Amino acid sequence: MLELQHISFSAGDGDANKEILDDVSLTVSERFVAITGPNGSGKSTLAKVIAGILKPTEGKILLDGEDITALSVTERAHRGISYAFQQPVRFKGLTVKDLVSLAAGRKITVSEACSYLSEVGLCARDYIDREVNASLSGGELKRIEIATVLARGTQLSVFDEPEAGIDLWSFQNLISVFEKMHARTNGSILIISHQERILNIADKIVVIAGGKVTKQGTREEVLPGLLAGRICPALEN
Amino acid sequence: MDELEKMLLMQIADLHKVPDGAYNIRNNGEADGRRSTPHIRIESRKDGKAGIDIFISGKAQGESVHIPVVITKTDYRETVYNDFYVEDGADVLIIAGCGIHNCGQATSEHSGIHTFHVGKNAKVKYVEKHYASGDGNGENVMNPTTDIRLEEGARLEMETTQIKGVDSTVRTTRAGLAANAELVIREKIYTHGKQFAKTDFSVALDGENAGADIVSRSVAAQSSQQELYLRIDGNKKCHGHSECDAIIMDDAKVLAIPALAANNVDAELIHEAAIGKIAGEQLLKLMTLGLTEQEAEEQIIKGFLS
Ligand SMILES: Nc1ncnc2c1ncn2[C@@H]1O[C@H](COP(=O)(O)OP(=O)(O)O)[C@@H](O)[C@H]1O
Ligand SMILES: [Mg+2]
Repeated sequence: MLELQHISFSAGDGDANKEILDDVSLTVSERFVAITGPNGSGKSTLAKVIAGILKPTEGKILLDGEDITALSVTERAHRGISYAFQQPVRFKGLTVKDLVSLAAGRKITVSEACSYLSEVGLCARDYIDREVNASLSGGELKRIEIATVLARGTQLSVFDEPEAGIDLWSFQNLISVFEKMHARTNGSILIISHQERILNIADKIVVIAGGKVTKQGTREEVLPGLLAGRICPALEN
Repeated sequence: MDELEKMLLMQIADLHKVPDGAYNIRNNGEADGRRSTPHIRIESRKDGKAGIDIFISGKAQGESVHIPVVITKTDYRETVYNDFYVEDGADVLIIAGCGIHNCGQATSEHSGIHTFHVGKNAKVKYVEKHYASGDGNGENVMNPTTDIRLEEGARLEMETTQIKGVDSTVRTTRAGLAANAELVIREKIYTHGKQFAKTDFSVALDGENAGADIVSRSVAAQSSQQELYLRIDGNKKCHGHSECDAIIMDDAKVLAIPALAANNVDAELIHEAAIGKIAGEQLLKLMTLGLTEQEAEEQIIKGFLS
């Protein structure tokens, strides 16, 4: 279980100090939690704070009761946090297989690597030896990013807008990837998304606007309001 | 041949034993085994210079020649001339390379001057590896020079690698291409400590539709220094592409000087260059997979140079 207690994050220094996250508290104990909210509301910043890439200016992060606020990215990865970037990173020279192997934390066979890629809808044989470089499209890169998190198979998987850049046709498959993950995970999936189809399978939905949690609750509690557009999160407060 | 010499051979030529096909092993300046085959003839030079002439018949199809050089003496310097005569239509793999192990206090140096005369429509893959080790303070110096003439429709692909160990190197490559000839060069260099590496490529696209594609990837770590000069002259309708991609670390210095000379309105020449440290995002991504920062760095470099 992940607990965020009174997390604040401000970027920049001096006068231009900007509060990007403002006293965010939430727990992720359900199997599938979705975070949604307008662009620029601080969702990716929150994901980076969880992964340890950004250090919060205030607040505490607990994983299964352990205070991990001071732990590095590597240490958090060892504790079982995985993070799929909103904008995946390209590597000249590293192949898709190299990356999936590093994610799995061991040498994996071609067929194992292929099975992760197939799960995210990539025809594995075509990709396994490709370099994770500029020759891959944004959508391909996005799916490889998701495959690295699948290969890790840890207790907490954080996905930052996995649907972005993926065409509608493949989107169907993507939903089923998450449905499957939902069904079999022993831990939790935390997914940042704008997609109704994804919000629809969430056990809990958290709405973030202007760096604050403006609403959280079960899907039944939060979704109708979001869809009716009554709680357009940007305008709410 | 002792264990050390065998180890050097492994490093530069992946040779565990006597290779298949034609070969010539040069060990501390002495011939240490030579074999010619029906299609590949190796002879000592007749002009008094050290080195060999290699004659490759047009009948050689998918055959290979190994010509490794091993040096284990300190305070030893040599200049060796190897000339390759590749007949029209041949198809060969040439594996060269130099391994120096210098335990002494003095400099050991190998300058290999390789000249390729590649006949019409012949195909050559030329693999060259440089490796050096040693526990003394003696410097290991290697200065490979490669001179390439490609006749009409010939193709030469050169893979040249130097990973650590060599203290000082000046690598010079000159090429002239006739019509429809094609040259592909892939260079990989890793320098560290106080090493110095200079690479100088100069390619003249003299014939219609000649093409060159040259990519140099390098990593400069600690206080090593690298210089890269890369020139392509387009003298007819032709296409040339060169790329220099360097990762710089610590206190290293990299100087890249590309030059494109278009002497014909239909010459299409492109150069790309990038020098920079490892991107922070790349390190972070691998750290989220559980690697330490140092492990992440190693993986990124390994991938970059593989
Ligand atoms: N390093 C930074 N320095 C300054 N501002 C930043 C930095 N990173 C993000 N921001 C700003 O913080 C806000 C939240 O960004 P982000 O977390 O990426 O939002 P979201 O993912 O919800 O779209 C935005 O206004 C963004 O411009
Ligand atoms: Mg975002």
